[in-house]
Amino acid sequence: MIYADADSQHHAPQTFITKYVWSQDHKVIAVQYASTAILVGLVGLVLSNLMRLQIGFPGVFAFINAERYYQFVTMHGMIMVIYLLTALFLGGFGNYLIPLMVGARDMVFPYMNMLSFWVYLLSVIVLMASFFVPGGPTGAGWTLYPPAAILPGSPGFEWGIILMLVSLLIFIVATTMGGLNYVTTVLQARCEGMTLLRMPLSVWGIFVATILALLAFPALFVSGVMMLLDKTLHTSFFMPAVVSLGQVTNYKGGSPLLFQHLFWFFGHPEVYIVALPAFGIVSDLISVHARKAIFGYRTMVWAIVVIGGLSFVVWAHHMFVSGMNPWFGFFFATSTLIIAVPTAIKVYNWVLTLWRGDIHLTVPMLFTLAFILTFLSGGLTGLFLGNVSVDIPLSGTYFVVAHFHMVMGVAPLLVVFGGIYHWFPKVTGRMLDDRLGQFHFWVTFIGTYLIYFPMHYLGVLGMPRRYYNYEHYQFIPASAYTLNAFITVVALTVGVAQLVYVYNLVWSTFRGQKADANPWRAASLEWATPNTPPVHGNWGARLPVVYRWAYAYSVPGAPKDFIAQDAPPEAGGQEPEPYERPKEAPA
Amino acid sequence: MNAAVLMPGATGSAAASRALDTGLWVFIGVASTLFGLFLTAYVMRMDGADWSTIALPPQLWLSSGLLLGGSVLLQRASAAAKGARWPAVQTLLLAGGACAMAFIGVQLWAWQSLLAARVMLASNPAASFFYVLTALHGLHVLGGLIAWAATMPMVSQPSDPAGVARRVALCARYWHFLLAVWVVLFAALGWLTPDVVRFICGRG
Amino acid sequence: MAIALVLLVIVVGSVLFHLVTPWWTTPLASNWKQMDDTLTITLAVTGFFFVVINLFVVYTVWRYRHREGQRAAYEPESKRLERWLIGLTTVGIIGLLAPGLAVYADYVRPPADALQLEIVGQQWQWRYRLPGASGKLGGSDARFVSAVNPLGLDPADPAGQDNIVILGNEVHLPLGRPIKVLLRSHDVLHDFFVPPFRARMNIVPGQVSTFWFTPTQPGRYESLCAQLCGVGHPNMRGFVVVEDEATFQAWLKQQPTFATTLAAVAAPSTGARAGADALAEQGRSLAQTKGCVACHTVDGSPGVGPTWKGLFGKTETMADGSTALVDDAYVKAFIRNPQARAVKGYAQIMPKIDLTDDELAALTSYIRSNGSASIDKAQR
Repeated sequence: MIYADADSQHHAPQTFITKYVWSQDHKVIAVQYASTAILVGLVGLVLSNLMRLQIGFPGVFAFINAERYYQFVTMHGMIMVIYLLTALFLGGFGNYLIPLMVGARDMVFPYMNMLSFWVYLLSVIVLMASFFVPGGPTGAGWTLYPPAAILPGSPGFEWGIILMLVSLLIFIVATTMGGLNYVTTVLQARCEGMTLLRMPLSVWGIFVATILALLAFPALFVSGVMMLLDKTLHTSFFMPAVVSLGQVTNYKGGSPLLFQHLFWFFGHPEVYIVALPAFGIVSDLISVHARKAIFGYRTMVWAIVVIGGLSFVVWAHHMFVSGMNPWFGFFFATSTLIIAVPTAIKVYNWVLTLWRGDIHLTVPMLFTLAFILTFLSGGLTGLFLGNVSVDIPLSGTYFVVAHFHMVMGVAPLLVVFGGIYHWFPKVTGRMLDDRLGQFHFWVTFIGTYLIYFPMHYLGVLGMPRRYYNYEHYQFIPASAYTLNAFITVVALTVGVAQLVYVYNLVWSTFRGQKADANPWRAASLEWATPNTPPVHGNWGARLPVVYRWAYAYSVPGAPKDFIAQDAPPEAGGQEPEPYERPKEAPA
Repeated sequence: MNAAVLMPGATGSAAASRALDTGLWVFIGVASTLFGLFLTAYVMRMDGADWSTIALPPQLWLSSGLLLGGSVLLQRASAAAKGARWPAVQTLLLAGGACAMAFIGVQLWAWQSLLAARVMLASNPAASFFYVLTALHGLHVLGGLIAWAATMPMVSQPSDPAGVARRVALCARYWHFLLAVWVVLFAALGWLTPDVVRFICGRG
Repeated sequence: MAIALVLLVIVVGSVLFHLVTPWWTTPLASNWKQMDDTLTITLAVTGFFFVVINLFVVYTVWRYRHREGQRAAYEPESKRLERWLIGLTTVGIIGLLAPGLAVYADYVRPPADALQLEIVGQQWQWRYRLPGASGKLGGSDARFVSAVNPLGLDPADPAGQDNIVILGNEVHLPLGRPIKVLLRSHDVLHDFFVPPFRARMNIVPGQVSTFWFTPTQPGRYESLCAQLCGVGHPNMRGFVVVEDEATFQAWLKQQPTFATTLAAVAAPSTGARAGADALAEQGRSLAQTKGCVACHTVDGSPGVGPTWKGLFGKTETMADGSTALVDDAYVKAFIRNPQARAVKGYAQIMPKIDLTDDELAALTSYIRSNGSASIDKAQR
């Protein structure tokens, strides 16, 4: 069976502009997404350091007043969740890996793929513009709850909130365009032999996350449009009768809780949009660097799909103390604790993959091991917060902040780093510097653990989040202030260490040690391109044909400890349930 | 879990139109979610004490008829394209697009009549939802017209008849989707009242 | 092997940290011991998984580190093991969820004989209302909110007339009686959180939310606002004093009723108050409604911002060392543009509040009326 493709006759772009700027090549678009996301993430990092300066040393830095503090808090959160993590995992990793891992030449809608990046960039520009408008950016928290977000008393209530909402709406358009590409490419453009159950888990994670994004971002769109109308045209979707700082307003009848339901209907799947690609990628990193098939591949796929589905019915665990109908608490606590089961299975399977493996302690493997520890920690604290009555005194405290940073900030970010170290030789043909990588790893891992582990205890004590300062509160002991200062110092150190990483990225792109085509000796298809880095069209004259799954490592009797996906069928290494070829296969 | 089976015998352009086919279904899923969530918000907001239903402008019956007509014409265009009767395709496709454009015109006329009756966007929540829902639907119709405009030049002397026929079919599918959404919106705006909601939710 | 060692140190260190940490729950002052118990159960179960799984990883990484000539085993799956693990995890999850939901079932059902306490949150201060002799609370609505009626109580509702209204930020409660808290706001989301009580709930404008608890320890407790409500959010402090029934009743008798607060306003001014004093009186109400009193006291007690007692006429020191005389121009400029200068010793968090020129004049007049006698005497 020959999968002829018209694109093999397609002419590669010739000029600098069409090759690297207005490029429709998924690999270029991926690098564009990743670079933009990392740059905007550095802005988010600086904002977090500014926040920590105030928390650790209250009042010392006069330019950080309460208004600015809340603006930093809000922009930091929104940038990290949406503009860094979502864009990086879907637009960066998704764009680069999906066509290569499924044996396609490119995404199925390359023009729309290109547009999606430029629309994303526009959304970033609009967001950054909010720093320069009168009143500055919004300071209502990344959750943007009304009524406060559009009323005097919150920073940026005049213009900042408008730009924020407009930027989000633009981002959602970009994500939808990209998402259509990723989903359709996985469903329609796999090469011969690449069944869904032969795809690496990286693809599964990104694929399911994209479906989540396509179905969840509309909720943010709806709430964004409605809040924009409440702000600019004085509708009352979310605004009840409000007397704001002594002024009677002409809003009435609206429901602030309606916003929260819509926001979290988006917001909870959003955390899985970040987590599922991380789960998929980490499974592949473990397999490659421990030379062992991921334990329970099909269960892992099942778990990703089930987690994705369940993620739509747990949202109100963010609203246990919101004042919603209290009886909802029973349902959402139950659904939230149920979702813990497939998640736990994944953790067991990662660990069981390591068991009796051949563990190479490369930089990607180090990041993977750190991920397991931090994700376990962050996931377990989720059980405190998901259990409604335990959540009641912990909601709105530093326990929540520590939980979500550990499980969303630290763990997936470690996977990002590990993934970039792993695929850098594929993207650039060079290796990242190993010693700088080790340094970056150790400082980041130990530093982030030191930041967030003790923070949980401040939350149990009752220290509230989103507080500019804690002066005059008697129940907070002096030792808590000392701990905050310590955390700030560690956070600044970790922040600076990221510059080492950026330096490594840039330096190694031009001067890094040249890499082989497959330096980690991985079995998955993306390493089998005829050129490294892959050229336009990825595969040369003929598309690849695949005969096995992506995890044929340490197969007994095989000459090497891995069998590539596109090696001839005689080489063995079939997945546990061999793919049945259709009987009438033509020659 | 069964292994997915790939479709054998695919050629280049057929692979491209299979992709467009899937892509459109996915987009329809996304847009359905969007409208569904707006309707959920509509139902939830209806619970407020200040809810008063607005009378639907009669122009909506005309616009609905135009949308229905557009769907019928697009469906016939699709059938003609499959039969390679290209002159017929041109006429039917043009007429279908004209219906969609007329639909938008009549919707704007409906807005104008509401504004003349001093029912503004912020007057009351039912009005707010009316304007927002019809605007959102109208924007999706405009999006469809963009795809239609890209398809129109292809149907005179097509170099790839099978591919163009598939594109016309996709336009028709999208038109039907917009009609289905409109039917649901129209019914909700016209007949979904707080009493109906309370009945369904069991809080009489 | 550094990684295995570091992981081990982290696990052991985390457990040790937990055993010696000075930061844990505040001493419980309410009936919600069950919440603390469920927290402990959750900690035990999750702690067990944390330690066991991580130690297993430590061992695995050490035992199966790459060595020349070794190969990984080939065991891509084990349905049996997976089933066991799913089963075990499910049991663990049920073990956590069951007590959690049992406690919650109590939480959502306040006792029928609970004393009602209404807490009204406003940017950025707390006010309270307790039922009077009739035991019922009257109605309220945003349209009734005014300078003299900041809680927005319905003056026409007879049930509201005897309600005890507490306009300051400190409320007293009787020891040992269940309290059903009714939470209201006319502006934005707030949350009345007293950590030793454990129970709390967000306040949502447009509705009344509730929670209940029974105070079990006498004392004076700080409340925090626990839902971001603007720049004054961290300053929105309240106090709850828990005392025995007799002391509580004595305190209650001293508080004004709603009817009294209305009457005080309706009473004609005494002869001495006229003209400029009426302007200052208007300024006084503005200070209430605009939220100024959240940060500025008039009795000299320290607050987030400088006290207004003795402020007018004084020479104030700025953060940059310069001085300025607090006169009309100073006050007006400061209110119009609070971020332009910073007063030494105070956080620069004063928000810009919308005021007409007339309101500004009234407020300035009020501040002046609290200041030193003569603008020439800069003695403080």
